[in-house]
Amino acid sequence: MKKLKNVEEEEGHHQPDPFDGLTEEIIHLILDHLGDDDPLARKSFSLACKSFLSAESRHRRSLRPLSSDLLPSVPRRYPYISRLDLSLCPRVDDGMLTSLSRSWSTTLRSVDLSRSRFFSHVGLSSLAANCAGLVEIDLSNATELTDAAAAAIAEARNLERLRMGRCKLITDMGVGCIAVGCRKLTLLCLKWCLRVSDLGVGLIAMKCADIRSLDLSYLPITEKSLQPVLKLQNLEELILEGCPGICDDGLATLKESGLSLKVLNLSNCQNVSQVGLSSLTSEAQCLQQLILSYGSPVTADLGKCLHKFSSLQVVRLDGCMVTCPGMKAMVNWGARLKELSLSKCLGVTDDCLSFLVQTQRELRKLDITCCRKITYASINSITSSCSSLCSLRMELCTLVSRDAYLLIGRRCQNLEELDLTDNDIDDEVLMSISRCSKLRILKLGVCSKITDDGLKHIGRHCLNLIELDLYRSMGITDAGIAEIALGCPALEMINMAYNEDVTDVALISLSKCPRLKAVEIRGCPYVSSIGLSAIARGCRRLTLLDIKKCYNINDNGMLSLAQFSPNLRQINLSYCSVTDVGLLALASIKCLQNMTILHVAGLTQSGLAAALLACRCLMKVKLHASFKSSLPESLISYIEARGCIFQWRDKVCQVEMDPKGWKLHLSKSP
Amino acid sequence: MPLELLFGGDLQFLMDLKMDLEERLRAETWVKPSSANDLPRNVPPDRQTPFPNFASQKNQHKWEDQDPSISNYGMRIEPPFSEFNRPSECQPSLHGNSTSQYRGVQMNDMLQLGKTQEWDPKATLNNLSFLEQKIHQLQDLVHVIVGRKGPVLGRPDELVAQQQQLITADLTSIIIQLISTAGSLLPSVKNSLNSASTPPVRQLGQLGGILNNQGSGISLNSNLMLPSQGGSKVPDQSNQVDPMGHSGTDNMEDHESKDDEDGDEGENLPPGSFEILQLEKEEILAPHTHFCTICGKGFKRDANLRMHMRGHGDEYKTAAALAKPQKEAGSEMMLIKRYSCPYAGCKRNKDHRRFQPLKTILCVKNHYKRTHCDKSYTCSRCNTKKFSVIADLKTHEKHCGKDKWLCSCGTTFSRKDKLFGHITLFQGHTPAIPLDENKGATGPSLLEEHNEDTSKVGDVSFSFGSGTPSSGGVQNIMEDVKGNVDDPSSFFSPLNFDASNFGGFNEFARSAFDDSEGALSFLLQASCNYSQKNGGQSSSNNLE
Repeated sequence: MKKLKNVEEEEGHHQPDPFDGLTEEIIHLILDHLGDDDPLARKSFSLACKSFLSAESRHRRSLRPLSSDLLPSVPRRYPYISRLDLSLCPRVDDGMLTSLSRSWSTTLRSVDLSRSRFFSHVGLSSLAANCAGLVEIDLSNATELTDAAAAAIAEARNLERLRMGRCKLITDMGVGCIAVGCRKLTLLCLKWCLRVSDLGVGLIAMKCADIRSLDLSYLPITEKSLQPVLKLQNLEELILEGCPGICDDGLATLKESGLSLKVLNLSNCQNVSQVGLSSLTSEAQCLQQLILSYGSPVTADLGKCLHKFSSLQVVRLDGCMVTCPGMKAMVNWGARLKELSLSKCLGVTDDCLSFLVQTQRELRKLDITCCRKITYASINSITSSCSSLCSLRMELCTLVSRDAYLLIGRRCQNLEELDLTDNDIDDEVLMSISRCSKLRILKLGVCSKITDDGLKHIGRHCLNLIELDLYRSMGITDAGIAEIALGCPALEMINMAYNEDVTDVALISLSKCPRLKAVEIRGCPYVSSIGLSAIARGCRRLTLLDIKKCYNINDNGMLSLAQFSPNLRQINLSYCSVTDVGLLALASIKCLQNMTILHVAGLTQSGLAAALLACRCLMKVKLHASFKSSLPESLISYIEARGCIFQWRDKVCQVEMDPKGWKLHLSKSP
Repeated sequence: MPLELLFGGDLQFLMDLKMDLEERLRAETWVKPSSANDLPRNVPPDRQTPFPNFASQKNQHKWEDQDPSISNYGMRIEPPFSEFNRPSECQPSLHGNSTSQYRGVQMNDMLQLGKTQEWDPKATLNNLSFLEQKIHQLQDLVHVIVGRKGPVLGRPDELVAQQQQLITADLTSIIIQLISTAGSLLPSVKNSLNSASTPPVRQLGQLGGILNNQGSGISLNSNLMLPSQGGSKVPDQSNQVDPMGHSGTDNMEDHESKDDEDGDEGENLPPGSFEILQLEKEEILAPHTHFCTICGKGFKRDANLRMHMRGHGDEYKTAAALAKPQKEAGSEMMLIKRYSCPYAGCKRNKDHRRFQPLKTILCVKNHYKRTHCDKSYTCSRCNTKKFSVIADLKTHEKHCGKDKWLCSCGTTFSRKDKLFGHITLFQGHTPAIPLDENKGATGPSLLEEHNEDTSKVGDVSFSFGSGTPSSGGVQNIMEDVKGNVDDPSSFFSPLNFDASNFGGFNEFARSAFDDSEGALSFLLQASCNYSQKNGGQSSSNNLE
């Protein structure tokens, strides 16, 4: 790109456009390959020259505006938008929707309004009326929308995917309208639409025969509406999370069962045991995913019940009471599981877990978070059986001995994700783990025994590391971070919170990681504006920054951020030594959306007011409650009208570094 | 058990009769001094005077027609009286309204049982047909008794029983209330009564047959209901009418009639484990079941009557008089009672092949009105829905117009599931969502006005039916009667009764009641007049 740009600059004046030879088709082909992994690539392409700019404008199909303010002008620049993501535009009113829908009436296919507010059924009806080709709408979190809006949506006859999570005012009537109007629906999410009952769901099932995915989580529905739902010929995904109205007795009355079902989620359905499950799935031969988290205990009956699903690939039993007979009943099972989640399961023992994993050799993801009874034996059998394991999450498996972790590094070299938070590991373990060269996500939080020596091995061998969590791993210092920064150039997220030995040096070394997006250095008192400035300069993609309780960071750091981090979206600067100046500078970052500003002593109300006014994209601000009274009410309401939500907190200022005695706690624990 | 019950009926009847006679005597002639001397004066003049005129003209010939059989009754009245003076047996049964109601019903039933046991079904059927004429018969009977048209032949026993039953219907309640007012202190009479009721049942059954032969049948079971209606009446000394009483009862109706007669749908009582009682159409349609013995005002609830009675004198203000009548101690011993609808061919009729009994009298009333009566109450909002039970209308009017479950085709539904069923059925129909919320806000107030109007209309029509007999009302009834001469029951009008010849009656009565106290006799008259009026109301209600 840069080359092209240079060429254009050099030759632009004397000759006709050197890119005349490039037909629009070719440019579009180039653009097709741009921007999938990097949203900035298109931007730099369009900045190359006017013709590129217009070519990119004509080519662009998908748009996610950073601010509501931009919306009126974008249709002129991008005439062929089909996918419009307004999730960064908190304020989208009816007029805006109307004008957008007029501008893109022929092209628009998909609109995401899940984070937007201030629109009503009026805007939606013009959207549906103008954009006949509309296929997808996300209306999640539109808690103000009423049935009138649903009736407006129903006018979009070609709609195929509709998400309405948390539309709490929508009732059966609205859903009934949608059922009648949108006959082509294939995906419908009604999660948390608490006023939708059997009638609405039943009508959806009767009228929309093409439905493939249906999310009915937390609805007050019973088996009455499941009867028609299970008749749907194409239903592949059925999510019934947290439906207390569904029980074994009711399910037993069902005459149908999900024939084509591939994904079934019954988590949090306390009243459904294997009896109900089998009546729900008696004919579901091709079930691939079964999620029974936080449900009834895993007994031998349930284990046997699973045997008939020979194509099952994913099983999640999080938070269930697991019994040994239940696990053992699953042993001689035809299915080849790829994913098994037993996180927070009570009753998982070495015995049963070993049995299970020995027959599931193709397991790729295993979650045994908080299985506190398992020991070396389990890890031994897991690592020896499941050689292709790529994700292992075992936070807080307290009885697993240090030697077991050595096995992980030795045997599971395909690991890409490893969560060892709060376990008894040391540098030797890290050295062993560093053999897993494909590691992308490594979580070592609250592992107080690891030091820079261990981290050095990681940094040298795990070159693909994207995410590293060192939260409260207090043995880590600048040297270890430097090794990581050096060895893992792809690093995008790092968490060094509450590591008191981390200083500016670590940040300076991290500034060599150009892809770094999220930096959490909460509670690192020796980090100053110097380190932060280095990060800001080096890591232009920085979007998330948590510098809470970094007392030494002041306005200088903010100025650097304002200057070099145009992509910063979220910042927490509580307890920092920032004043009005720093905050105002910060406010100049155009896409800043989320700020937490508590106990910033140098801040005055007028400075805060000015900053709030300047931040036009703000979506959420967390402030101390004292400001609520001192800030002018009109200002607050004005900011709120722009789409920003205020969260007022009344926390006491914590001066001491370790108020909860983490050090004490960690030194005591084995 | 049937024995006792009937016996109890006898006793009551006897007492009633005694009082009746004596009171009439007193009212007309003022001969006997009594402890309640002032009572007769309180009888409203308008109720005493007009009636005799009518009756004397209109009904005289009827008595004559039926003279022979009727005179029998008069003769037969006497023997039971000898047993009358057993207050200890009588009093407990007179505890109060609920008890007496029970008894009335039970007696009714007993008679039926007796018939079905002792007689062939044809006779039973005939008896049932006679039941329809009971009001007519009662008139005649009373007239005969009063007039004493000469010695009686035939079968004295049966006739006596018949008379007892008929008159008991009107009069029992007075004694009940008299005694209960005196203080419902005594233990249940039921047990003692229970020991001797079979023979009378038989007699009654035979009587039915006899009546059948004579062509002047008297309905036994239907009349037996009357004691229960009057059961709570307390004789009162003042003629004061509670101004609140009437509206109060009207308000009550909502609650009373809400019970559904289908409530027993799931009940599976084995046949024979319950008694089947059958009320007559007139009783079912009678607007009131509790009547003031002083002024004749009708009430739906005994409690309201008791409140009303306070206005008639201090003795009705005592705690005992105002207390809620206790159920008889032995009530749980009784068989479960179920009710049959008098409409032949109805599934609720006991002759139906798959008979489903009704649980309570209220169920009978609502069932009969809903199923076998015209739907005379029209909703003034939609002008389409019609009801025969006014409470149904009121319930409907509460929701009429509020059918917010609206389909795009314009059809409204009172229930959401009905709307969704409709939408499922019809292609292209969709739930209609009112866009303008304000429209809804103005709607209800308009509707409420309508509601008030209609309820007024309902009240008016109702109060007409249940109005206290005034000359106008009587006139009206008379016209109705004329129009329905075919129906024997329509002859049952207050006019006939009041035309009764007191003098003659007294003569007859004196022979039997010489030793009775004067107080009773006064009360007797009141009961005669007013229970008669009740009957008149019920008949007028029929004809509406």
